Amino acid sequence: MAASRPDPSTGRSTGPSPGEVVLEAHGIRFGYDRQVVLEDVSLRVRAGEFVALVGPNGSGKSTLLRILLGAIRPDAGTVGIFGEDPGRFVERWRVGYVPQRPNIASEVPATVEEIVTSGRLARRGWWRGLSASDRSAVGHAIESVGLTELASRPVTTLSGGQQQRAFIARAFASEPDLLVLDEPVAGVDAESQRRFSDSLTHLIREHEAGVLLVSHELSAVAGAVDRVIVLKGRVLFDGSPDELVRGGVSLGVHREDLPLWLEGLR
Amino acid sequence: MTAASGFPFEFAYMQRALVAGTAVGIFAPMIGIFLVQKRLSLIGDGIGHVAFAGVGAGLLLNVWPVWSALAFAVVGALGVDWLRARRRVAGDVALALFFYSGIALGVVFVSLGGGLNANILTYLFGQPLTVMRSEIRVIVGLGAAITITMWVFRRALFAVVTDEDWSRAAGLPVDALNATLAVLTACAVVAAMRIVGILLVAAMMVLPVASAQLIARSFRGTLAWAVCIGVVSVVAGLWAAWIWSLAPSGAIVLAAALIFTICSIVKRAAPRSLRQEEHA
Repeated sequence: MAASRPDPSTGRSTGPSPGEVVLEAHGIRFGYDRQVVLEDVSLRVRAGEFVALVGPNGSGKSTLLRILLGAIRPDAGTVGIFGEDPGRFVERWRVGYVPQRPNIASEVPATVEEIVTSGRLARRGWWRGLSASDRSAVGHAIESVGLTELASRPVTTLSGGQQQRAFIARAFASEPDLLVLDEPVAGVDAESQRRFSDSLTHLIREHEAGVLLVSHELSAVAGAVDRVIVLKGRVLFDGSPDELVRGGVSLGVHREDLPLWLEGLR
Repeated sequence: MTAASGFPFEFAYMQRALVAGTAVGIFAPMIGIFLVQKRLSLIGDGIGHVAFAGVGAGLLLNVWPVWSALAFAVVGALGVDWLRARRRVAGDVALALFFYSGIALGVVFVSLGGGLNANILTYLFGQPLTVMRSEIRVIVGLGAAITITMWVFRRALFAVVTDEDWSRAAGLPVDALNATLAVLTACAVVAAMRIVGILLVAAMMVLPVASAQLIARSFRGTLAWAVCIGVVSVVAGLWAAWIWSLAPSGAIVLAAALIFTICSIVKRAAPRSLRQEEHA
């Protein structure tokens, strides 16, 4: 595995090498009490790869995500973020995370720009001031989700879809090498979904980032996904969207679309 | 009530009150904005009560009460933060625990030291007009340390108080930053207690921020407005106290409350089109 190059301004690595494994799980087993939630789950995400993790409700997607991010430890198996155990992984800024429902305090108004700027802190070093390149990265992240004209507006005055785009931009601002998104477009308008897809494609092409998207609705990103992993306690399918389509399942919103198929797996 | 005339700040004691009060008007809202965003507006009150125990201990042990109050307040603030972070008890219960224990300990220390006297009342209710040069040095010194630290940490603290879960996932040192905010809050309570009193110190942290968030549309703007309103409250309160012979600490806080009322009325009276645009 090739090492990442250091950024001369911060001394931190600038990005993964093409094809580098950015996230890996092997033989994951996890259960609550006597109920097994995950059994022998293995997956791998490489730099520049867009992987969609799908599964019906209760299939263990959220639990697996928490294990991958190091929030909980599996009963068996190993996880590697850039080759390191999540508990020992120091360069957390290399992982951009977009939660499904961010729990943001709104007592004092905070603008889109202020929220997105906070996403830059972890990469820059939270104690350092922002340089011109940091401000440029923040502006670029806001632009990439189509919120430039709303940058000075308080986040809480935006629609749900616009707010979610702001939180995606916050993750983009650190120029992550791995982006993990937990159902980021659930209940989001069509315009925001299109912007979201364009932004992910840009991040993958420009920065060679690996993307792991957890969702059960992939129509917005159907053209960008490289690989689909279907989870239901264990990995039922791991392959390209074409292979899934050949099996009679479409990622789009047709009669035989993915959400209906996943529902049939329950 | 007799009304005084003339310019109040030509007198040395009023100048000392103005310098110390202005420092409080600057640093108290700077702390307060982060506490308000964290939904811990009343923590200044709780720490103030712990500081009262420190004042009582200082008078009992013949130590300058400012130092003993600072020690008690810092330990109390870190204790509240520790309990809150580990969710051993709910945030408001943790606050109540320190709140009542602090005031009870203070009452015991005061009774052991011979009961209430004018010195203790000065710390409870504040008295900027009798503040001494040595106290001004402490207030301005602590205030400068608080202001500089808040300025350096402002972006990281903003991230933590706005979205703690995300900040933790992003690798920010959330626990250390929360502890820093707790210690700075304790310093602010002690630095301000001689001016507005332990019982009113939280008001100077919260009221200017409450007014500012009605008129500002960003965190940075709210911070700037809150500091301006804090300073104006101090000047207006001291001036009103001079004119109408009022208790200066109470007059300062009432000035801050009056500004909040005016901001609320102006906000409600703003053209409907403006409010609609804001929530579009």
